Amino acid sequence: MKHTLSVLVENKPGVLNRISGLFARRGFNIDSLAVGETEDPKYSRMTITVDGQDQPLEQVTKQLHKLINVIKITDLDPATSVDRELALVKVKASADNRSEIMQIVEIFRAKIIDVSKTMLVIEVTGTREKVVAIMKLLRPFGIVELVRTGRVAMSRGTELT
Amino acid sequence: MNGARAILESLRREGVDVVFGYPGGSVIPLYDALYDFEIDHILTRHEQGAVHAADGYARASGKVGVCIATSGPGATNLTTGIANAYLDSVPLVAITGQVRTNLIGTDAFQEADIHGITLPIVKHSYLVKNAADLPSVLHEAFYIARTGRPGPVVVDVPVDLTIADVEYDPDAAQTIDLPGYRPTVKGHPKQIKAAAQAIAEAERPVIFAGGGVISAGGAEQLRELAFYAHIPVTTSLTGIGSFPEDNEELSLGMLGMHGTRYANYAVTNCDLILGVGVRFDDRVTGRISAFAPSAKVVHIDVDPAEISKNVAVDIPIVGDAKRVLGDLLAQLKKHELSPERHLPWMRQVADWKKSHPMTVRPEEDGEIMPEFVVKTISEITKGEAIICTEVGQNQMWAAQYSQITRPRHFISSGGLGTMGFGFPASIGAKIARPDATVIDIAGDGSFQMNIQELGTAMNYHIPVKVVILNNQYLGMVRQWQDLFWNKRYSSTCIACQPDFVKVAEAYGAQGFRATRADEVEEVLRTAFASDEPAVIDVRVKREANVWPMVPAGGAIDQMLGEGDR
Repeated sequence: MKHTLSVLVENKPGVLNRISGLFARRGFNIDSLAVGETEDPKYSRMTITVDGQDQPLEQVTKQLHKLINVIKITDLDPATSVDRELALVKVKASADNRSEIMQIVEIFRAKIIDVSKTMLVIEVTGTREKVVAIMKLLRPFGIVELVRTGRVAMSRGTELT
Repeated sequence: MNGARAILESLRREGVDVVFGYPGGSVIPLYDALYDFEIDHILTRHEQGAVHAADGYARASGKVGVCIATSGPGATNLTTGIANAYLDSVPLVAITGQVRTNLIGTDAFQEADIHGITLPIVKHSYLVKNAADLPSVLHEAFYIARTGRPGPVVVDVPVDLTIADVEYDPDAAQTIDLPGYRPTVKGHPKQIKAAAQAIAEAERPVIFAGGGVISAGGAEQLRELAFYAHIPVTTSLTGIGSFPEDNEELSLGMLGMHGTRYANYAVTNCDLILGVGVRFDDRVTGRISAFAPSAKVVHIDVDPAEISKNVAVDIPIVGDAKRVLGDLLAQLKKHELSPERHLPWMRQVADWKKSHPMTVRPEEDGEIMPEFVVKTISEITKGEAIICTEVGQNQMWAAQYSQITRPRHFISSGGLGTMGFGFPASIGAKIARPDATVIDIAGDGSFQMNIQELGTAMNYHIPVKVVILNNQYLGMVRQWQDLFWNKRYSSTCIACQPDFVKVAEAYGAQGFRATRADEVEEVLRTAFASDEPAVIDVRVKREANVWPMVPAGGAIDQMLGEGDR
């Protein structure tokens, strides 16, 4: 099962290295990782998605807690949290099929952010499932390049992550 | 003051009076500051010697050990010792020089990314970028190294920072602000209550004590608790000394692969195991499914990540071993335990001890038995010496027969199993405890790994005694080849060796040799009585094996003994 860990860390050099190294050493593959400053620039928040199928996450989260720069770790429950990721897709678009692509973009509430004679760059934001779904529809037109951010997530309601 | 001076000022305020190290280009300013500073510097003959000596110093004294090395090879030579301290939870601060800030990342001369290299083997580390941060980083490093579960901290300092101007404000520098680091000291009262209840109800209890008891300074509390509740105590290798091994009734000696049969039987058959400051390492547990199969497991440890890591724990108590043992004893006293409550169990344990004693023979086929040498050392020193060990057979015999009665008197590389550790560690231990007799029980293989530290012992007149159990083999590997690999002694015979007596003498130390069992005691007495560093080459039975033994991955009550080939 996929887990989304929200890890609050001190915003210091080398912290990302410590964390990613720890996952690798303990045999976990990081699916995606997003890092950015929080409302307080002293801290950064990492959203890490990992597969916890082969071995329980408990040991790795305990080890994460031991890192001096790690403040807090939350294993986000999909039912009580929201998450998003963003993708940029460069897709082939001729005069013939351009409107068809634009329709797909509209249905998914994605955006065309760059247009050239033969290609479009589309920005999609949403859950992972949504990003996967639009990719599936765009693929027949010819995806030339795809760039995705990692997932970012936050608890719902008044709860703090 | 300059950055170098600020580093030393921080060290001084942390109570450091000696550091171990080796100079080089990137630490010349630091060494310049050391030249007339009130902290002693011990120049070892190899950086590995420095880090192990700092480790031995820390283990013998309970203080933070400090070592210094230059950038590049100096720093990388520390890595084995850092990993060693990490696995045995030894408080250590390693200060490494680094190339100057504007050269970092350019593959400059003697540049190595020691911060990156040591990431998996440190409790924490710093690559200092601003000279102004030096004092607070150093104080933080000491705080992290010695608190919670102790461990090594690396502070990498670019050389330009050490010549920059730094203002040392003691108050600001010593203010620790680590929002992500708050070790739990006090155990949860509810858990302690539950543990006391479980102990009171147990019919076949055993205590399993580890290095955490010693590093927390909790040996006294452990003894009180074991005496009060009348529970036998076994220890891990690093836990040796946490409980007096001369206690005939309650001490079971070491547990695990080369533990005593009675300890292994007791743990396998117990209905409650109270693990204190231990990590249930594979050398102790053998096959996990067969480890204490019917026991309720109570585990006290300062590191929450150790709880249920290897063995599923029923009652975890996270906290400092000394504190928790004290609280647990107070709680137990409410139960009014009578020693009679588990009389059959104590009789059973006594029976096991009687039927499987750890006995030694002085010789076999005219060759000296290594166990006899260890036992003789223990008798001559009345169990009061600090025993350091190398790694391998010598280490196991030392662990089995030294009969250590006090904490910080058995110093051995447990987790990493570092050959070459014992001799430099003994130098560090002797500096920490000049009043004590300090002995390195060595193998001929291990001793040769850091034999150059004879130079250090002579340089500073540190009269440690190295007793080589010389079998001209890398004995532990040879033992495995003997037992499990059809005696194909692949690369384990090291009969080509120097004359250790002459080597000692060449350094100006004393050299002794014993080749017959009846010489051993006198040779050792003479060597120990002198005030000089000494090497005692004891020619032991070449193919003696360490018994008993649990084959790797086996159940710990299924032990091989001498007759079970």
